[in-house]
Amino acid sequence: MLDFLKPYVASVQDFYALAGRAIANVFRSPHYSDDIAIQMDIIGVGSLFIVILTGFFSGLVITMQMSRALAQYGATDQVGQIVAITLVRELGPVLTALLVAGRNASGIASELGSMKVTEQIDAMRALGTDPIKKLVTPRMIATCVMLPLLTIVADFVGMLGGYVIAYFSLGLGTSQYWTNAYQALQYNDVVQGLLKPLVFAFIISVVGCFYGLRTTGGTQGVGRATTEAVVVASVWVFIVTALITRIFVNLH
Amino acid sequence: MHPPNGSSNSCLLEFRNVGVRFDDVVALEGISFRLGPGETRVVLGAAGSGKTVLLKTAAGLIHADEGQVSLFGQDITPLKEQQMYPIRSRVGILFQEGGLFDSITVAENVAYPLVNRAGQEPPDSEVATRVQEALRFVELEHTLEKYPSELSGGMRRRVAIARALVSDPPLVLYDSPTAGLDPITANTIMALIAKERDSQNTANLIVTQRFQDGQLMADFRYNRNRGRLERVSVNGAGGDAGTRTIFMVMKEGRLVFEGEQAELEASSDSYVSKFSPKHA
Repeated sequence: MLDFLKPYVASVQDFYALAGRAIANVFRSPHYSDDIAIQMDIIGVGSLFIVILTGFFSGLVITMQMSRALAQYGATDQVGQIVAITLVRELGPVLTALLVAGRNASGIASELGSMKVTEQIDAMRALGTDPIKKLVTPRMIATCVMLPLLTIVADFVGMLGGYVIAYFSLGLGTSQYWTNAYQALQYNDVVQGLLKPLVFAFIISVVGCFYGLRTTGGTQGVGRATTEAVVVASVWVFIVTALITRIFVNLH
Repeated sequence: MHPPNGSSNSCLLEFRNVGVRFDDVVALEGISFRLGPGETRVVLGAAGSGKTVLLKTAAGLIHADEGQVSLFGQDITPLKEQQMYPIRSRVGILFQEGGLFDSITVAENVAYPLVNRAGQEPPDSEVATRVQEALRFVELEHTLEKYPSELSGGMRRRVAIARALVSDPPLVLYDSPTAGLDPITANTIMALIAKERDSQNTANLIVTQRFQDGQLMADFRYNRNRGRLERVSVNGAGGDAGTRTIFMVMKEGRLVFEGEQAELEASSDSYVSKFSPKHA
């Protein structure tokens, strides 16, 4: 009766098996440190420019939008606080994760997918290398290291964007904006602001690898795997951010 | 150079009533055969008849749902993926698509089985020498620093053969070695495979759609002293000087024919005779 659920349950099971083995491999040799370094370069350095650009403009826009609302209460000088909290708690991690999901979950899925359809994954297994250890674990480690760092960059650049508007358009002083922004942030905000990207990084990399490795059906299959990876990774980013936020709101 | 085989010397690969299923689709059913050193088995069959599945099952890349697959005398059916790696490192495999890693150079591709073998990693100088040797065997020493995408289809296939043979495996599995190649290149590739068989006494499982590939394996031997292939006898019939080549024909996952070349040619079955030279 519930047969239609079977493939979904099986996929979830496969996903957890992959994630489990990817994590277990972190503690098992051999470690492919070269592959980790290469992936860090692709994922981290490669995404830097787009993350800076997006971070800057989102800070800019939040400040412009919020200054209008704050002006009603004559509290425009508090804008630094709003920018800092929104960016560090929510927008920095989520926007960065979505960018990286679009850029790297797709990249990972299409790379592994092409390898799968051209029998390179089978060749790897046949030649005595565990594809999970060689391909999945390095991508997971690299993403988990780079995404929190990218988020920090996005947070800072976003506040810089807010400052540009605050200084030139709202006429706030430099120290007024930055002190206000700095003091608004509590330990709790920073923790959830860094925990989120770590969890997102895990989701993005493993989802990318998962859809890449189960690619079937030639070139068309690679395209489908890529799309699925980006959509699923992005949706999970939103679901998980809601969960983590809920936990931290309760903790407060 | 070969690892000691011990008591399993007589049989490197054995299928005992093997069956494979994908969900409800039967891919292999009731397959049994044995393959010893210096022997060749040529598997013929239409597209989708289960040839590639048979080959991947032999390497443990696909798990047999029924029966038993033994490599070097060891039953691999109950083994986990991790336990399979040391066994697989003694099997050379040529994939249909070549399966070359396109992000690394030809030299790195050929060195891969040596460098990534479980446990032991030979010194760099030895790796370099053996890569050179393997590429010289397929007459491609000049492509060391190239990437697979810069080579032609036939050259890629030869690099893949070099990679399959670099670790001197006693058992080599070839999946459609000549698919998509022109007849001249195809002949070159099959000559290389015969040369490897007769100079290293390897066991070969060759999956192919072309009868000519099997014919070459059955009719020709590589003469080490003269350095060229020579026709064995008029009919390619057995005897000590023969090539010990057995033909198998597959249809919808089952073996429908097994025997020597002469028997294949004499077969009156309409499906089997499609793969004999009378038809071609």
